[in-house]
Amino acid sequence: MPDGTSVTAPAAALIAVELRGRRGDFALDVTFAVPAHGVTALIGRSGSGKTSVLRALAGLDRHVGVVRFGDAVWQDPARFVPAHRRCAGWVAQGSALLPHRTVAANLDYAARRAAPGPFDRADIIARTGIAAILDRRPATLSGGEAQRAAIARALLGQPALLLMDEPLSGLDVDARAGVIDAFAALFAGLSVPVVYVTHDIAEAERLATRVLRIDGGRIDG
Amino acid sequence: MNLVILTTVELAATTTLLLLLLATPLAWWLARSGSWWKEIAGALSALPLVLPPTVIGFYVLVALGPASPLMAVLAPFGIHSLAFTFTGLVIGSLFYSLPFAVQPLRTAFEAVGDRPLELAATMGAGPLDRFVTVAMPLARRGFVAAAILVFAHTIGEFGVVLMIGGAIPGRTEVLSTRIYSLVESLQFGAAHVLAGGLTLFAFVALLGLLLADRRIGLRP
Repeated sequence: MPDGTSVTAPAAALIAVELRGRRGDFALDVTFAVPAHGVTALIGRSGSGKTSVLRALAGLDRHVGVVRFGDAVWQDPARFVPAHRRCAGWVAQGSALLPHRTVAANLDYAARRAAPGPFDRADIIARTGIAAILDRRPATLSGGEAQRAAIARALLGQPALLLMDEPLSGLDVDARAGVIDAFAALFAGLSVPVVYVTHDIAEAERLATRVLRIDGGRIDG
Repeated sequence: MNLVILTTVELAATTTLLLLLLATPLAWWLARSGSWWKEIAGALSALPLVLPPTVIGFYVLVALGPASPLMAVLAPFGIHSLAFTFTGLVIGSLFYSLPFAVQPLRTAFEAVGDRPLELAATMGAGPLDRFVTVAMPLARRGFVAAAILVFAHTIGEFGVVLMIGGAIPGRTEVLSTRIYSLVESLQFGAAHVLAGGLTLFAFVALLGLLLADRRIGLRP
């Protein structure tokens, strides 16, 4: 296996990103390095480039540049480790579940392809509060249920890094409050780093260890 | 008569099976590729929709005849001509029914979208894994539609099978060509039975397609 599959990052490890790219009018020119532990919020308006950075971290988009996770080089001019070899869990806005499988079957899908890791199925199901919806299909879930199921699914993939792309957008106020509480409880003592993209400063301050601002495709202060 | 029905069903079943295998990768490429070339391939694969069956039949007959370059290649393997054989009929049917497999599959694959495939990738599923466990189940309506349409369309073909097969009783005669020979010999009663049977079959196939689509559609 290539070194892109390295599962755990040492304590002093960094998530280091250096990306340049152009899609039509939009130019991306982002350089940052953050500790590979805790929750890093990437905050910016829509169209600021924050989702592009997250997709590049996941291996879903390829721009020019370098992406490192601890000792693992996920992207440099010579290589590009594809998404399925990066061990990066992904929770996106809207439903981040496979639509043709029940919640339980979604968890199985991730778990079956995962290396052995610290996350225990029964524990994650309890902590995300999804025991009652395991047999449901994604289309029948409320927005809040779908996002809790999605993070459970992502964690049972035993990720080295958890990437979340505006997981609360599209939820109504009541559902947001419930899911934020659930995320905050999960993030406390979480053994893997999280990069959390949002446009909501309150959400970032509640959940994040540190905040990076991105504007017009650049890191801002 | 039983032999004619058997030949017809055998031809339709073989064509359906082979065409699902051949059209799936082609439809996947047409649905997913950003290449400009794919439109040329898409137009070529749709050509049998608008070409007269006799044109397809003519070209395939020439290609399968003893004088063709293809047969020169196959001659060392003891194959000198496939014209007027069952194998020839299958080859002609593959071309004739190709769009009826490619179109529904392409539409179904396009409807899958990037999202579930990306999700599966982040869960560690490689390209083939994603295709089998995500794209195929999500595109199952396309597979059902392609199978039913190809089967029914192959049962209904006439021009191509007449050109390539020559309607040799017991070997390459199928229901549609039997009806033609019955009418030519003024056996209208027997022709009525077969024509009615084929009409009923076509109706049941299309109804089955709609019902299957409804049933699958209820469970996203």
